[in-house]
Amino acid sequence: MENNEILTPQCIVDGDDNYDLVYEKTNVMTDTRLHYCPGCGHSTAHKILGEVIQELGIQKDVIGVAPVGCSVFAYEYLHIDWQEAAHGRATAAATGIKRCLPDKYVFTYQGDGDLAAIGTAETIHCINRGENIMIIFINNGVYGMTSGQMAPTSLEGMKTTTSPYGRNVHTMGYPLKVSELIAPLPGAFYVTRQTVHTPNAVRKAKKAIMNGFKYQKLGKGLSFIEIVSNCPSNWRMTPLQSNDFIDTDMLKYYPPGDIKVPSKEDLINL
Amino acid sequence: MELKEDIRLMKGNEAMAEAAIQAGMDAYFGYPITPQSEVLEYLTREVPNRTGIALQAESEVAAINMVYGAAGAGARVWTSSSSPGWSLMQEGVSYIAAAELPCLLVNVNRGGPGLGTIQPSQGDYFQATKGGGHGDYHLLVLAPNSVQEMADFVFLGFELAEKYRTPVMMLSDGAIGQMMEKVTFHKREIVKSAKPWATTGKTEDRERNIITTLFIQPEKMEIVNIHLNAKYEEIKKNEVRYEEIETKDAEYLLVAYGLSARISHKVVILAREKGIKLGLLRPITLWPYPSDVLFKLADQVKGMMTVELNAGQMVEDVRLAVNGKVKVGHYGRMGGIIPSPEEVEENLEKFIKTL
Ligand code: SF4
Repeated sequence: MENNEILTPQCIVDGDDNYDLVYEKTNVMTDTRLHYCPGCGHSTAHKILGEVIQELGIQKDVIGVAPVGCSVFAYEYLHIDWQEAAHGRATAAATGIKRCLPDKYVFTYQGDGDLAAIGTAETIHCINRGENIMIIFINNGVYGMTSGQMAPTSLEGMKTTTSPYGRNVHTMGYPLKVSELIAPLPGAFYVTRQTVHTPNAVRKAKKAIMNGFKYQKLGKGLSFIEIVSNCPSNWRMTPLQSNDFIDTDMLKYYPPGDIKVPSKEDLINL
Repeated sequence: MELKEDIRLMKGNEAMAEAAIQAGMDAYFGYPITPQSEVLEYLTREVPNRTGIALQAESEVAAINMVYGAAGAGARVWTSSSSPGWSLMQEGVSYIAAAELPCLLVNVNRGGPGLGTIQPSQGDYFQATKGGGHGDYHLLVLAPNSVQEMADFVFLGFELAEKYRTPVMMLSDGAIGQMMEKVTFHKREIVKSAKPWATTGKTEDRERNIITTLFIQPEKMEIVNIHLNAKYEEIKKNEVRYEEIETKDAEYLLVAYGLSARISHKVVILAREKGIKLGLLRPITLWPYPSDVLFKLADQVKGMMTVELNAGQMVEDVRLAVNGKVKVGHYGRMGGIIPSPEEVEENLEKFIKTL
């Protein structure tokens, strides 16, 4: 199938082109075909990110920082300026960008290995400095790009290629609840955990990302949007099974919802 | 505001920091480590009342990646560290070189390996000139031998970095960083080059800018490598810098940079008093290396000896340069020990006897 076959709307019925437009791809997304596995939440997260940038009309003012991991190519998919950072260092790079371009919107997009293992120090200190950026944290409990090794967020008992008998928390540590860990930091302005595995959840996650951009104008700290996502390929599941697993297992340990929200006074100037 | 020329008594580290402000730095990111902590101290004191950003990072790893982000966003940015901290930065340096981000990186060299000592050393010569991080890249390396040059090379470093879109390194050492000397700040016009490639937000009149070092197809990666090397060749052609002292009639030659070159200058005087016709070649750029002039001098002198504060690192480059034409010896002290001119002169005479 060619790219343009996917992208051209096929809504013309009986030669009549007076149709209602019910869905349109955001023009902030490029026409590059996504490299993500079928059913992967990354694609949805990218899409709503693009939609939010379009709806806020901030395309010319956004700089994204891509991680190392499955979303290493995030910069291929959104029509904005990007930097691709070293593994775990996205928040440090974002700090450098935002400090020099304080009027721009800066966000990082990072997976669990990048943000919560190798980049833990950079993550915590970036949040603790209250950098006015947004972190989008995709938590699927596994290293996707390197094909299924244990992540700091892998659930107890989870079988991965480096925990083939299941994650033993006594020898391999406990799954890290990053949002709960960083929420008490004064530099964290907004902390929320979302998912993108149901239409309703997608709408909520989109709202959270929108907040994360808007709040940057307040200069009051960092917005942290965790998205509990799936990895059908490395969970060895079909996309549908993986979506079920989010409900039955992931969200039990990582409950969705807001963890820290700004007060009314905080938002007075928004 | 026009800067008046002013003369001050300063430490090398402070002179460097002052020069960076005068050079219109947009940002500095650093982490404290002896013997260069004065840089961050000076900047965090001065910058709030002047221009730029000075931020203390949580580690050298974070600092160098902040430099990456800021340089990618078009800022005139720099960092400094000392040997163990400089080692920590190497990942980021490799990325910065690959992404062709102009910036100034300073290593105020102390004795190693390991945690080592806080005393001056030239033990990081290999790391500075042969890579340091992974992959095929080079830093343009400037080696100051005075407080004045530590200041001057900040201006020069930023200029060269922007001219070639490449990271420039200053390799100093704990002695030059810590010692106080007279330094003159000349009146200069600061010109910052346009950076149309920087990630400042995608406006409608241009394509989006992407700073990346990932080229997963080998064919593309090779093209990037070829491009980088073409640039390095250009730098080799244009930017070799060195100083010749008493080389005209020299029968023997010392080769030394930085602090060792200051000692060696004294050795030249001592030796000449004794009737030994000694000259000194001081490489100012350690990469690109002044190989051609050494190759020529090899036809004139009977032997060359490097003086280094290490076990013999630069001596390899001198041997490569002269390609067997003359014998090349080495005299060095390690671990933060600085030899006296008399000690070096004595060892020069021993070396001459072996010729
Ligand atoms: S490996 Fe997992 S996280 Fe990566 S693209 Fe495939 S499904 Fe998505």
